[in-house]
Amino acid sequence: MAQGSFAEAGADLELKGITKRFPGFTAIEELDLTIPAGSFFALLGPSGCGKTTTLRLVAGLEDATAGQILIGGKDVTHTKPFQRPVNTVFQSYALFPHMTILENVAFGLRRRKIADATAKAHEALKLVELDHLAARKPQQLSGGQQQRVALARAVVNRPALLLLDEPLGALDLKLRRQMQLELKDIQQDVGLTFLHVTHDQEEAMTMADTVAVMNKGRIEQMGAPEELYELPKTAFVANFLGQSNLFTGSVTNSNSESIIVDVAGRKIEVPRVRAQRHAGDVTIGVRPEKLMLHTDAPKQLAGINLIGPGRVTDVSFSGVSTSYQVAIPGLGQIVVFAQNMVFGPVVTAGAEVWLTWTTDHGFGLADDPADAPRFASDTDTHALAVQKREKLEAELEEA
Amino acid sequence: MAFGAFGGTATPVAEPAVRKRSKVALILLLPGILYLGLFFLAPLFSLVLTSFQAPVEFGDVGEYQTAFKWENYTAVISTYGEHILRSFVFAATATVFALLFSFPLAYFIGVTLRRFPLVQALALTLVIAPFFISFLLRTLAWKQLLSDESPFVSFLNTLQLLPEGAHVTGTAFSVIFGLTYNFIPFMTLPIYTSLEKLDLRYVEAGGDLYASPASTFFRVTVPLAAPGIISGMLLTFIPAAGDYINASRDFLGSTSTAMIGNVIEANFLVLQNYPTAAALSLVLMAAILIFVSIYVKKSGTDDLI
Repeated sequence: MAQGSFAEAGADLELKGITKRFPGFTAIEELDLTIPAGSFFALLGPSGCGKTTTLRLVAGLEDATAGQILIGGKDVTHTKPFQRPVNTVFQSYALFPHMTILENVAFGLRRRKIADATAKAHEALKLVELDHLAARKPQQLSGGQQQRVALARAVVNRPALLLLDEPLGALDLKLRRQMQLELKDIQQDVGLTFLHVTHDQEEAMTMADTVAVMNKGRIEQMGAPEELYELPKTAFVANFLGQSNLFTGSVTNSNSESIIVDVAGRKIEVPRVRAQRHAGDVTIGVRPEKLMLHTDAPKQLAGINLIGPGRVTDVSFSGVSTSYQVAIPGLGQIVVFAQNMVFGPVVTAGAEVWLTWTTDHGFGLADDPADAPRFASDTDTHALAVQKREKLEAELEEA
Repeated sequence: MAFGAFGGTATPVAEPAVRKRSKVALILLLPGILYLGLFFLAPLFSLVLTSFQAPVEFGDVGEYQTAFKWENYTAVISTYGEHILRSFVFAATATVFALLFSFPLAYFIGVTLRRFPLVQALALTLVIAPFFISFLLRTLAWKQLLSDESPFVSFLNTLQLLPEGAHVTGTAFSVIFGLTYNFIPFMTLPIYTSLEKLDLRYVEAGGDLYASPASTFFRVTVPLAAPGIISGMLLTFIPAAGDYINASRDFLGSTSTAMIGNVIEANFLVLQNYPTAAALSLVLMAAILIFVSIYVKKSGTDDLI
């Protein structure tokens, strides 16, 4: 990076065929990713999915086993971290404990011999509203304040690309909300490219322009938050991003408009454009808030899917909405979210109900139902490592 | 490790004030206070008294009476000023060399070997291993190794690297060498305890903030290891300044390398000039105290970097 000057603007990031293997397992497999300049991009996934490794590869803290990393069109694959126009807000903040807040923030500027380092550091601290604590040491600050200092320390360098490694993880809900908005503001103010890694789907959706959902070292689906939520393409995305009711069945009828799926004897219609597979056994789904509860059997109408009758097994009230668990024979447990338009829940446990939703709200997944349920609770780092190890051992035995 | 406690002032955390004076604490402290009073304060008092004594008129050698002879001190400083200075120069040089050897060693054991706990434990044992053999024996062994007949010196002579008739033992070089060698474990262990806890994420952050590896080392790693470096330097410098084995004629030194410890030893045991020896001891003590407090003050955690 050039000494004594800032990056002109955010740069785009391009990963080409990145693979990262650690002894015993592969963290990232053949990853291709392009992040346009000036965008707020979130990598979302459970722990152990490879998102933090991706971030560390971009920062230069890990070396890729194969592939290329380009920042602003320049190949940086084999450069050291301090040579890259990239700054990171670490999950642990990693504020130097032996320096004051001001010295911490000015550190990067001083290393690059940028004029007026102290004045610029004060400015960055004003941006995060902590200038009055400039003379303190990091351990004298609260977690939220430290997080803002870490942000100021990275942003002050005006990097072409800012990496955020679950920076809000340690904050309480209220502070997290506030920081989410502040981060978004800062990103729009300074026009940098942000790459944000998180396992918090809400955080990713509220902040990012584009979200990529990662699972087991691959990107499952990428797109605008609304698109990912409304039209998930895999069971993993459907369940990781919010909740979904999934059904499996085989396609009995299809036309240019929609496919009809037979689920335990009930016909469910899904628009053709919203389905990934159009024949054979398929998995389809619908979001819980799209479902309507009926206490009397509604009429079968075109453009409406109807299932039931079923029985309400559980009602839980959460203020804004109420969540109902409905058991329908042959379909299992179905979750329904209903807004609290009246006072309290409309039905109680044990009530007989029917469920309807507009066919346009359904979606069809790309997964082979035979593989389902592939979304299991074994997606944490440890379980993944064990899995990979077992697989490797099996391979070794075969060889 | 106990050495870490020596300079453990890295993070001054405000501790809640103990309001209630506990009797238990007092009882627990009692043995220590008694021990210090009996074996440190009382002898120190006696030493001060001795340092002002004057010879008994027409008495035997080694007979002194209580007096208030200030001149003992001025005499000691004018006679042995050279030795005092030499002690501090030798001790300081040995401390610097010990630091230069110990830091990479401690870094290797504490950081590089982190992923191999077994190898790490083994390496630490090797650092402490010299203590299994007596300090005197080890120093004597070096006297042999550096003597004129040793393979090392004959090798240097064959290459004509040594001037005609030069020796290795009995020189300032061999004394500083001996001091450095003997105090390396005292330097390595506290630095190791500091580096062992070093959070490598700070080092990563340094690299992320445009600091080259060298810059990160001096601005992040060294300051974070400062408590260990400070305690290691104190643990080396203080005993080295008073050391009388390495510089003794019987070991690696000669009369021209005599340090203050040798002079005290000679005055006490050979010349039986107790007031002079006592005054010298107190001068050494005072000098080290002043020197160390300046050093600790300067390198106090607030002023590091």
